Amino acid sequence: MNSIQKNRFKDRLFMYWGMFATLIGLVLLVVFIGDILIDGLGRIDWSFITNLPSRKPDKSGIYTALIGSIWILILTAFIVIPVGVAAGLYLEEYSKKNWLSGVLEINISNLAGVPSIIYGLLGLEVFVRIMNLGASVLAGSLTLSLLILPIIIVATREAIKAVPKSIQDASYALGASKWHTIWYQILPAAGGGILTGVILALSRAVGETAPLIVVGALAYVPFAPENPMDEFSVLPIQIFNWISRPQHGFIENAAAAIIILLLITFIMNGIAVYFRNKWQKKWK
Amino acid sequence: MEITMEKIADKKTVVHQTNEVNQASKIEVKDVNVWYGDFQAIKGINMNIKPNTVTAFIGPSGCGKSTFLRLFNRMNDYIDTHRMEGKIKINGNNIYKKKVNVEELRKEIGMVFQKPNPFPKSIFENVAYGLKIQGIKDKKFIIERVEKALKQADLWEEVKDNLKKSALALSGGQQQRLCIARTLAVEPSIILMDEPTSALDPISTSKIENLIFELKKKYTIIIVTHNMQQASRISDYTAFFYIGELIEFGKTKKIFTNPEHKRTENYITGRVG
Repeated sequence: MNSIQKNRFKDRLFMYWGMFATLIGLVLLVVFIGDILIDGLGRIDWSFITNLPSRKPDKSGIYTALIGSIWILILTAFIVIPVGVAAGLYLEEYSKKNWLSGVLEINISNLAGVPSIIYGLLGLEVFVRIMNLGASVLAGSLTLSLLILPIIIVATREAIKAVPKSIQDASYALGASKWHTIWYQILPAAGGGILTGVILALSRAVGETAPLIVVGALAYVPFAPENPMDEFSVLPIQIFNWISRPQHGFIENAAAAIIILLLITFIMNGIAVYFRNKWQKKWK
Repeated sequence: MEITMEKIADKKTVVHQTNEVNQASKIEVKDVNVWYGDFQAIKGINMNIKPNTVTAFIGPSGCGKSTFLRLFNRMNDYIDTHRMEGKIKINGNNIYKKKVNVEELRKEIGMVFQKPNPFPKSIFENVAYGLKIQGIKDKKFIIERVEKALKQADLWEEVKDNLKKSALALSGGQQQRLCIARTLAVEPSIILMDEPTSALDPISTSKIENLIFELKKKYTIIIVTHNMQQASRISDYTAFFYIGELIEFGKTKKIFTNPEHKRTENYITGRVG
């Protein structure tokens, strides 16, 4: 083998390794989803979605957990969007660049990496005990809001940074105030990016289990929550609960609930991708 | 709430003592120094600019001419490390006094940038933007102003049937004239231009140069340019900057035929960058 052949061989070798590395994740995901579908697809019907949880696996449904998840999703969105976007706007547009803003920046990035159970403990102490909200939907939403706040702040800042400086200059030069420039130029231009970040963060919140268990979400709730102060359960906790049961019927239920949860997150990610593409097109 | 013409005129007290709209302004610069952090970008500049003239700022890259230009509409305010000393008076009023409303000031002093930077909106919305942010709701008034501004910028004939089209679909030269129209719609008295033709082809460039010639009748114009021919063609006065200092300032004819400083001569004849 001469050196050219050797190099070609190395190139080949690396290509196959890269291909294998790419496929590992994908194949595992397909196997997992396939397995879940086989176990759970037969279990999904309308009554599975509308039934309350029960001691008998074939009469059990996800109604309370699904409604709980939707409550959590909506309430979290209402809390986290105004706060996260405002914080991102402030850091990018208003705060002066000095050591303090540097410290803030690093810490917000760090917060995004804090294990979610720590947020659960914080939520338990602050929202459940000190603010006396109890193990309510509101306490759960506030906790999840804290958890995904850093993600939304970072996403907002990245989206704002991507808005061409020249557009902002043009706006200011015409006598626009900061508020006008943010409202008419920056937010419309950054909207797609912010929305994508928000949806991805929310889809993470929907899948969170640990912090809600710590906050006190219940595994068994006989009624769906009707207001923010009600007790609640969510899909991941319901799944967790069913998997820990010995009867085979509950394993099937868990698989079916996983399919529903995956569906929700896939739909949310799909919406995020759709908005991102739509916005990008408008800007080109 | 409807804002009438009179009210807008009333607001124009930042640089105009009279209520007369659209009268070209004179500019006086006194002992201006500018720092970015520890770096001094502008060193002790004095200059008087007469109304209804075109003044060209020339000099090698990094000599401070753009920084200096952006002082007149206070666009450097957004740079955190920026610090400015001295006075810039427009019609006798120091624009760096504390109580000056920067937004009002910028309605009086328009700016056209190096790269055409239309908003990703329709042609109409681009030109109407400056009026919209002033809170003007009178549709008829806005439509008239937009048409007038587009005519002044010599763009009306090309776009009058497509006002709803995205501004991004225009050619580079058209975009730059749109940016000029957008500036004119606010009816400033001074127009600052930061290398407005450097990204354009020769035909678009000559259109803009003709436009500047027309606009001089109503406005005071300051233009930064790297193109010596352009400076000599369109300007009445020329200022040559070098490393933050104003080396020479005078009638364009004199600067280009008989400069007082060796450095100016070297620069305009292309002997030194």
